[in-house]
Amino acid sequence: MKLKIPNIDKNQFLNEIGDIARFTARFFREVSKPKQEYHEFVNQCYWIGYKTLTLVGVTAFIMGLVLTIQSRPTLVEFGAESYLPSMVSVSLIREIAPVITALICAGKIGSGMGAELGSMRVTEQIDAMEVSGTNPFKYLVVTRVMAATLMVPVLSSLANAISLYGGYLGVNIRGQVSWHLYWFQVFGVLDFSDMLPSLIKTFFFGFAIGIIGTYKGYNSTKGTEGVGRSATTAVIVASLLVFIIDLIAVQITDILGLT
Amino acid sequence: MKKDLKPVIEVKNINKSFGDNHVLRDFSMDVNPGENLVILGKSGSGKSVLIKCIIDLIRPDSGQIIVLNHDINDLDQEELDKLRAKVGFLFQSNALYDSMTVRENLEFPLRIHWTKEERAKNAESAVKEALEDVGLSHTVNMMPSELSGGMRKRIALARALILNPSVILYDEPTTGLDPITAREISELMVNMQKKYNATSVIISHDMNCIRITSNRVIMLIEGRSYADDTYDNLRLSKDPKIREFFD
Repeated sequence: MKLKIPNIDKNQFLNEIGDIARFTARFFREVSKPKQEYHEFVNQCYWIGYKTLTLVGVTAFIMGLVLTIQSRPTLVEFGAESYLPSMVSVSLIREIAPVITALICAGKIGSGMGAELGSMRVTEQIDAMEVSGTNPFKYLVVTRVMAATLMVPVLSSLANAISLYGGYLGVNIRGQVSWHLYWFQVFGVLDFSDMLPSLIKTFFFGFAIGIIGTYKGYNSTKGTEGVGRSATTAVIVASLLVFIIDLIAVQITDILGLT
Repeated sequence: MKKDLKPVIEVKNINKSFGDNHVLRDFSMDVNPGENLVILGKSGSGKSVLIKCIIDLIRPDSGQIIVLNHDINDLDQEELDKLRAKVGFLFQSNALYDSMTVRENLEFPLRIHWTKEERAKNAESAVKEALEDVGLSHTVNMMPSELSGGMRKRIALARALILNPSVILYDEPTTGLDPITAREISELMVNMQKKYNATSVIISHDMNCIRITSNRVIMLIEGRSYADDTYDNLRLSKDPKIREFFD
């Protein structure tokens, strides 16, 4: 059987990158103009933040619990069981909790924005907004990107705390570590250079998720098929960007000696 | 019709292409104050593109469009928004905001064009009056998804009328409706035109709607104005291209 290699259009790929860059530049232009849609921004913070909290919370709790349970045997083998809270907390705070939270948000928020705005585009709701004198870019895109940029770090911070609590329960399933000792060990090993880079990169995660989700939805075409495609590609591209941003963040913290 | 007055809309020699598809070719028309002008044409003949050019949702490749004495090409965004407040647009798909109630849908155009004080004082009565006009006062707190196709069309019409526009643009207002509802919508359009004394441009290929609503009909064929006459005169025409629509 002859293997069929998909035809990848390089020009289309570069055009897409150019369009995203223009879309991002327009976002910054619109943000700098007066008369922001504060009511819609708060509304989006509620939907992005509060409505994603349960999913992020449950995932973070399980993440902390599972990581602790799975790390224990290896540490026990080397007689380093007492390092379990320290090791788990560094792994969770520096890397796992922010990235997993961002991936959950890319799935839930990115697809939601892609589908919602895509559906509004194909049913002429965005045109109706423009005809009514409202700037749809400012009303729909700026508010959502700002809300995602603000709420992903908030969700990530909550995920950090919940995952550490999951870690505490994980430590106590097989061992016995008091509440005070666990937190003493966790905060003994964590310092400024662990927390700050981790927090800063989540702002970039949120921004990337917001930009890609809204870009895909706002420029949706080809009817309902296009809406589905917008939602799916928003998740794929946003997830990929999360990893790329994470990779860049690791390199920067390494260069700055914050590792 | 007051032929001596300056046209409300002047479209001069506009062209619009999408790639190799030439949708509008050197198309011109005038719309006089108070008249109901119907643009008739087959699907894909460029009717919707034309009406979207009038409100600047689509820019023509060349030509000039003057609406209420303003050349669309010369307006900045703020001036365009002010002009749009005087033009109501009924979308083919209704374009009601799914995430908002009927009340919020109707109040949406007011948030830009009315001050906070005006909204606090008059929004409630404006919404009430618009809904009474279309006979759907009881739907004020309902979501668009809870409404039938005909009700959505009426709500969309109420939203288009809420700023008391001088011009109303209808993009295929009866498409997708059953004949009885389509007739009701057509009669409602005539009543609203009388009440608000607005000028209307109606895009349609529903002959019943055209018969009820039109003062004049422009037939758009292959991007050009093929015929410009009253419904009754066109109905009696023996031109085969015109007869296609009536037979």
